[in-house]
Amino acid sequence: MKKGKQMKGIDLLSEEVVLLIVDLIAENPWDLKSFSLTCKWFYQVEAKHRRTLKPLRAEYLPRILSRYRNTSDLDLTLCPRVTDYALSVVGCLSGPTLRSVDLSRSGSFTAAGLLRLAVKCVSLVEIDLSNATEMRDGAAAVVAEARSLERLKLGRCKKLTDMGIGCIAVGCRKLKRVSLKWCVGVGDLGVGLLAVKCNHIRTLDLSYLPITGKCLHDVLKLQHLEELLLQGCFGVDDDTLKSLTHSSTSLKKLDASSCQNLTQRGLTSLLSGARCLERLDLSHSSSVISLDFASSLNKVSALQSIRLDGCSVTCDGLKAIGTLCISLREVSLSKCVSVTDEGLSSLVMKLKHLRKLDITCCRKLSGVSITQVANSCPLLVSLKMESCSLVSREAFWLIGHKCRLLQELDFTDNEIDDEGLKSISSCVSLSSLKLGICLNITDRGLSYVGMGCSNLRELDLYRSVGITDIGISSIAQGCCHLETINISYCKDITDKSLVSLSKCSLLQTFESRGCPHITCQGLAAIAVRCKRLTKLDLKKCPYINDSGLLTLAHFSQSLKQISVSETGVTDVGLVSLANIGCLQNIAAVNTRGLSPSGVSAALVGCGGLRKVKLHASLRSLLPPTLINHMEARGCAFLWKDNNNNTLQAELDPKYWKLQLEEDNLVP
Amino acid sequence: METEDDLCQNNWGNSSSSKLREPVCFTSQHKWEDASILDYEMGMEEEPALQVFDHMKASSGQEHNNNNNGGQVNVDFLQGVRAQAWDPRTMLSNLSFMEEKIHELQDLVHLIVGGGRQDQQQQQHITTDLTSIIIQLISTAGSLLPSVKHNMSTAPGSALFPYPREANNLASQTLNNNSNNNLAQDFDLPKPTIVQERESHVVEEHEMKDEDDVEEGENLPPGSYEILQLEKEEILAPHTHFCTICGKGFKRDANLRMHMRGHGDEYKTPAALAKPNKEAVPGSEPTLIKRYSCPFPGCKRNKDHKKFQPLKTILCVKNHYKRTHCDKSFTCSRCHTKKFSVIADLKTHEKHCGKNKWLCSCGTTFSRKDKLFGHITLFQGHTPAIPLEESKPSAQRGSSACENNTGMVGFNLGSANQESPQPGFMDGKMSFEESFSPLCFDTCNFGGFHEFPRPMFDDSESSFQMLISSACGFSPRNGGGGSVSNTSL
Repeated sequence: MKKGKQMKGIDLLSEEVVLLIVDLIAENPWDLKSFSLTCKWFYQVEAKHRRTLKPLRAEYLPRILSRYRNTSDLDLTLCPRVTDYALSVVGCLSGPTLRSVDLSRSGSFTAAGLLRLAVKCVSLVEIDLSNATEMRDGAAAVVAEARSLERLKLGRCKKLTDMGIGCIAVGCRKLKRVSLKWCVGVGDLGVGLLAVKCNHIRTLDLSYLPITGKCLHDVLKLQHLEELLLQGCFGVDDDTLKSLTHSSTSLKKLDASSCQNLTQRGLTSLLSGARCLERLDLSHSSSVISLDFASSLNKVSALQSIRLDGCSVTCDGLKAIGTLCISLREVSLSKCVSVTDEGLSSLVMKLKHLRKLDITCCRKLSGVSITQVANSCPLLVSLKMESCSLVSREAFWLIGHKCRLLQELDFTDNEIDDEGLKSISSCVSLSSLKLGICLNITDRGLSYVGMGCSNLRELDLYRSVGITDIGISSIAQGCCHLETINISYCKDITDKSLVSLSKCSLLQTFESRGCPHITCQGLAAIAVRCKRLTKLDLKKCPYINDSGLLTLAHFSQSLKQISVSETGVTDVGLVSLANIGCLQNIAAVNTRGLSPSGVSAALVGCGGLRKVKLHASLRSLLPPTLINHMEARGCAFLWKDNNNNTLQAELDPKYWKLQLEEDNLVP
Repeated sequence: METEDDLCQNNWGNSSSSKLREPVCFTSQHKWEDASILDYEMGMEEEPALQVFDHMKASSGQEHNNNNNGGQVNVDFLQGVRAQAWDPRTMLSNLSFMEEKIHELQDLVHLIVGGGRQDQQQQQHITTDLTSIIIQLISTAGSLLPSVKHNMSTAPGSALFPYPREANNLASQTLNNNSNNNLAQDFDLPKPTIVQERESHVVEEHEMKDEDDVEEGENLPPGSYEILQLEKEEILAPHTHFCTICGKGFKRDANLRMHMRGHGDEYKTPAALAKPNKEAVPGSEPTLIKRYSCPFPGCKRNKDHKKFQPLKTILCVKNHYKRTHCDKSFTCSRCHTKKFSVIADLKTHEKHCGKNKWLCSCGTTFSRKDKLFGHITLFQGHTPAIPLEESKPSAQRGSSACENNTGMVGFNLGSANQESPQPGFMDGKMSFEESFSPLCFDTCNFGGFHEFPRPMFDDSESSFQMLISSACGFSPRNGGGGSVSNTSL
């Protein structure tokens, strides 16, 4: 932007300085674009300097890659269709420099394309092939040709079997990080071979694999293993781990969450050798976290993080954990409904270093334990306590008072009031604040936040109906770094809020679902000034119409996701969205002004679409060939058929909350 | 000489006459059972029904009571043969006896032909005489065999029985057949023999279970058992028990007795079905345990070996000898790689062949995935081979997966077609990848390939091949498959 002034002295600049400038402005892609368009020299410098590419369309790969010859990281997640030809182009044009390729969101390539990639890109270190659900062992054997591979992700490659993994294990001996999550065809043999052949492995994700404890004998012999993820491995049980004797000084992280057949006995043998374990995840474990269970943790006293989400915990168990592992920094008890005040208090009593605490949906907790937390853990950085409705207002005041380092707060569905917010506003480094369904807060509380928390990046005011334009404008004034704001169902919000929010030029996500007063004028303000806007939810804003979308189409070139369901948008507006190149998701359910031909035109126009949510009645009205064409382009359809007649009821927050409570009381 | 040798140990289901579809079969008791034959002979008068070769006597006795002397002659001959060492004078007397008998028989047949009247008594007479002539002939021939002379304490106890009802028609035929080369007769196997072969495989499969390894753990003190050693030829003979009526061969006496039930109610009595040995000598002292020695010098199963481990049964001997000391002449028709010397092993393999889908890049196949992975774990550089249809790109690059099929076929063909076998080429899979190009495979394919394996697995031929290999001293494999297929076709 400012380059005009430098034009005269431009030849005096050394290349190093220019490169430095490039590095500094690289944060904003638009700045970088302006820079490279300044002159030929800048163009070349930028092309030479760029290492990372994230192209929107695979069709342009030949041109992009011949411009950026030094590309080392190629992220193709925005290209739904990457053909074998595209992959061979990648191999030919940036073969020697390429170090990492991400194909996790791309389809329609086969083993032949991968072969080109594997053979040409001799220094390929990382490849992400997740979601290649059609990939078979043949393709895996081809991947094995990439001998220098160190990081490999194969998540959800469901057709892969032990044979394919065996090929990779033999071929890629330098592997360090391997993710086989959801590769449900891979069993003990494949994993065992991987562990035997690739002894540099540091991170191994075996989540949801049908493995038993047998292969873990080999896996835990890996010298450098640091992270082992066994989430949802139902085959891992106590009996197969019985004879396990290992002493892995390298293991730092163990995720044994959702291992339904793993109880204390198996866990003890798993933990017995892992003396240096720092992070342990036992979420959704089938066993009760009792005193006995906690005693199996005494071998891992250096533990820094423990997750017990969804477990049934006892007071004694928590107390024992608190005494055994005093160096704990992170504790997650999310959805542990059996946590009581006594249990939490005795847990945090000695945990002076606690940084993160998650007590989401621990509904039995009251102010007593929160007070204890505030008093015992002055270093707390993150506190998530959604739906702890019994916590008294005073407790929030104490939190703000004692824990000044807080960065992340989730008070969704709590009794916090303006006084609490006033106290919270003293946490200057606060970056994320969630105040959804906090019916006690008003503009006054928000103005404290706006004044105190200048670093706020995320604010959630979902259904906090006490909020009006005044509160929002004070936030917009004070928090210029705001990136995400949710004002859904705040019924009093008008265009004024949007105009004031448009000052936050870094805004990326704006959700204003169910705000009946906002119009296209407010939207235009946002569209014009918030250039980085990527996610926009305008559902149930009846005054939003085509003119709003036309403005968006013109200014918001970064937009990726938009919801215009139940608005006044017609074909014109929808078709205009085709102007936005990055657009990936469109939701347009129950939008009366839409005709099948308009929707068809919009669908064809938006080349990068990944997901479209439409009313089910359109399914039969759209030409089947169009649907096939879209699906072949990598676009998924979601057909919704709920005729939502409860619009008014939903808009009434009191009614909504009553409904919710009734639902909770019934079981 | 060779012919006579074969005659001693093989079933000669011989009917060269095209008019006679019924074979005339002769039961030849094998030499290794001569101990029990002795018993039979001793106890013959008391328990005639139990003896296999007495069978004719018993059955004919029902028809006609005059045949007792015929049976007696039979026994006399046997004893005479047994007593004799190889003595030219005895032989001469035997021959002259036979000559006399043949003349007598000729006269009798002339008489029948002239009279045009067939008397049952005459018919029986001819049968009996014919039997004794044949026995005499065989035992004479047997005494000529040097191996028999040296190694066997007793002469072969052979009992041969013509099929009674057809005997008069067959009289001259049989005599002719004796001088014929019985190799030729085997080509003309009539229908019943084929049936016999098929059924005999069922038997074989049962027998597969008692392998010779079963008695590994047995620790009999030396001397507590009697060591018997069979000769190579005896071991390789396909059958040891033959039906006296239809000539069908069996490996076990029990199976023969089961078979006999089909020939009439008289074989269904408990006495006929009972195990002969047990009741043969009631009340006598318990017989010494019999153990067997492998005739192959230097074998651990050979009685001269320092750590001699005897074989428990005759079946063990047979399987052991074939597996260890014989060429593996049976090639699997599916994978063309695996070779066996025991046909039952081949059958077992063929049941699972093709299911060996777990393939290593080195060409080794495994029936179980864990075995493959164990193999890959052990060997550096070996990698699982993805089946061809699944990994086209890797096939294009000529990597591991595609070579296996052609390689295997080529390898097998090479061995089948080769005139002079090259050592090292024949005995391993290590060379096949280099040695065979697809071109080689093609040329071989038009050569002997189609001719070779088919007769190998044609059941009716397999026994014949055994016969050749034992008689002529070369096996189809090392003698070149071509020669065998030439003879057999």
